[in-house]
Amino acid sequence: MSLTSFMSRKELIGFLLLAAVIFLVLPAALDSFRLNLFGKYLTYAFVAVGLALCWGAGGILSLGQGVFFGLGGYCMAMFLKLEASTPENTSIQSTPGIPDFMDWNQLTELPSWWQPFYSLPFALLAVVVVPVIFAFIIGFAMFTRRVGGVYFAIITQAFAAILTILIIGQQGYTGGVNGITDLRTLLGWDIRTDEAKTTLYFVNGVLLFAVLLVAQYVRKSKLGRLLIAMRDQEDRVRFSGYNVANFKIFIFCLGAAFAGIGGAMFTLQVGFMSPTLVGIVPSIEMVIFCAVGGRLSILGAVYGALLVNWAKTTFSEAFPELWLLGLGGLFIAVVMFFPNGLAGVWSEKIEPRLLGLIKKSKDSDAATPAGAPAE
Amino acid sequence: MSDQDPSNPANGVSRRAMLAGSAALTASLFLPKQLKASDYPTDMVNTTGLAVTDDTVTIGILHSITGTMAISETGSVQAEKLAIKQINEQGGILGRKIEYIQEDGASDWPTFAEKARKLLVNDKVASVMGCWTSASRKAVLPVFEQHNGFLYYPTFYEGLEESPNVIYTGQEATQQIIAGLDWVNKEKGAKSFYLLGSDYIWPRTSNKIARKHIENFMDGCKVVGEEYYPLGHTQFNSVINKIRLKKPDVIYAIVVGGSNVAFYKQLTAAGIDPAKEKPIVLTISVTEDEIRGIGGENIAGSYACMKYFQSLQNENNLAFVKAFKEMWGEDIVVGDVTQAAYLGPWLWKAAVEKAGSFDVDKVRAASPGIELTTAPEGYVKVHENHHLWSKTRVGKAQADGQYEVVFETAELVEPDPFPEGYQ
Repeated sequence: MSLTSFMSRKELIGFLLLAAVIFLVLPAALDSFRLNLFGKYLTYAFVAVGLALCWGAGGILSLGQGVFFGLGGYCMAMFLKLEASTPENTSIQSTPGIPDFMDWNQLTELPSWWQPFYSLPFALLAVVVVPVIFAFIIGFAMFTRRVGGVYFAIITQAFAAILTILIIGQQGYTGGVNGITDLRTLLGWDIRTDEAKTTLYFVNGVLLFAVLLVAQYVRKSKLGRLLIAMRDQEDRVRFSGYNVANFKIFIFCLGAAFAGIGGAMFTLQVGFMSPTLVGIVPSIEMVIFCAVGGRLSILGAVYGALLVNWAKTTFSEAFPELWLLGLGGLFIAVVMFFPNGLAGVWSEKIEPRLLGLIKKSKDSDAATPAGAPAE
Repeated sequence: MSDQDPSNPANGVSRRAMLAGSAALTASLFLPKQLKASDYPTDMVNTTGLAVTDDTVTIGILHSITGTMAISETGSVQAEKLAIKQINEQGGILGRKIEYIQEDGASDWPTFAEKARKLLVNDKVASVMGCWTSASRKAVLPVFEQHNGFLYYPTFYEGLEESPNVIYTGQEATQQIIAGLDWVNKEKGAKSFYLLGSDYIWPRTSNKIARKHIENFMDGCKVVGEEYYPLGHTQFNSVINKIRLKKPDVIYAIVVGGSNVAFYKQLTAAGIDPAKEKPIVLTISVTEDEIRGIGGENIAGSYACMKYFQSLQNENNLAFVKAFKEMWGEDIVVGDVTQAAYLGPWLWKAAVEKAGSFDVDKVRAASPGIELTTAPEGYVKVHENHHLWSKTRVGKAQADGQYEVVFETAELVEPDPFPEGYQ
């Protein structure tokens, strides 16, 4: 595919704008604490981009993206926890050298399935692979049986509930309700300092752009067009000879991989992982980020995640007792007035006017006899 | 500032009388008069850039006021605000009024961490009163240690922790458990125990300590069962049947939150009336606040082991309960944690005044040995390990939702967050 078919001029401008916001405007405008908060919001953007593909393009509404976010986050947290649980740091425990919550739960040795997480390459691989395997199992079981729509959404929600219960119930192995806390260093590099948080913010930004480019590639490929065709008329695609289930499984796994990366970056920047990020409520929140941003647009999804989380923080700081009402009002307003989210506002209201302005100035340019090459 | 001229003691007294604060009176007797801000210049008492001005000092309040934990944490917020108000009416701390910034942890542990960082980094608060669940404390702990904040944590909890950046104003597990088990053994002749709890760290650790104490330190006593149920579980019939089969002398229940309602109702419905004491029901997780949800008639006759009950008859407590009701309404009840939360601002004030500084390192150094004779629970003292010396009390639940105190330890019980022989 040629460059122009990969990204139109308009889309390129959108990407550059977002890059400017993430890499220039936010770091320049915010202190280290607020920048770290935006870093946290951006980890949700990974999930929202995945949802824009699955839901916006493919019509697969998943209410269980928290599962994949959580799995990625837990894989990272397990590595960091093992690194933090040196025998010196844990000398007050009955069994030094194992994570503190295992000691509280009377475990006396590290479970065998924790062992590989001593290795960073393994943990990084697991961040992506474990969510993908989960997504594959769910997707394979559902899509080959042609389960879709609302039923699929409900089943993914059930998975979110199951995983939360499992994590809370197996607290000796998972840290239970508390989660995996007190993470300190990554290969000896202290992730708690302000400098580390700023570095992680930029790493996060670069990864997000990598994910966005992959998403853009998928959208523009034949696969992307097939997804939209499936969303609008699944049977016609099937009758044309395509195996619909395989495409759905693929896009669902891709969304899970994005979410897993986001989860790992969350763990690194926030310093812990807990089941409150896995369950039904956060999973639905992630869908809201995508809906506010505009589910048809991958860039809109990023802005949605940023806006909703920023609003959450700001409202709750200003009105600690009423902030949930304000947030609820925002969602209702967006759905009522801008059904296509922020991206819809941009493409329907703002962009035509901007283009009109540019066109006008071009027209006046054209009046002067300049030898500018045609585009 | 005119209504609160520190040089006019009569003014102060009348304001206190209005509050009926005999607690406040006692405090002023043992504190060296009222301190003037001008004796403590800001650049002397605040060398680390905290939010301290010539006439105010800012602290943080960090509890859940939305979400599932809001119902439990509200009492703590109310107690902390009452304490702050009373301290301000007495002239504040080092002549400075306390102002507070309240943040909502929203029953969500990452949010607690975010708000804790905001309070410390952005607002530079001098100390924080906050957290309730262990999970929220574990989430904020690295933040407090990294930014050298100072947290007053009110809840009775599992122990196994001793952070230089936290003062634990509730009791750690051994303070709540051992005296109560000894009491039920000596007073009631109980020999066999059935341990029961919600499934997370606090009930598990508490029952571990209870089991070790029963098996190793109580002659001829044994544990006949130990079971855990997920948080929010509401079906206790199977365990109630097991209890009827095993016929223990004591059901030792550490069920929390909404599960309590189901547990006690099903217990009564199954014919196990706590009032008949066959078996005796002993709990460490039901305060007056929870009884409001359970219903007094469902739990009357059970015993709870706490350090504080609203019904304590001493001058400090009578004044405290009166002031609390005046501020928050007649219907309100005061539970163990609410009282512990009330101690936070007072302990901090005493430590700051002893240190003569708001600097966290100096307040920390001054904290061990701080005494409070004005505490509603009676005299308390801060231990080297940042927990409080407190008495353990046993109360018997009444149908009206209050506890009748039937036992209290003669001496203060030493806090022991890492108990030897109980690990």
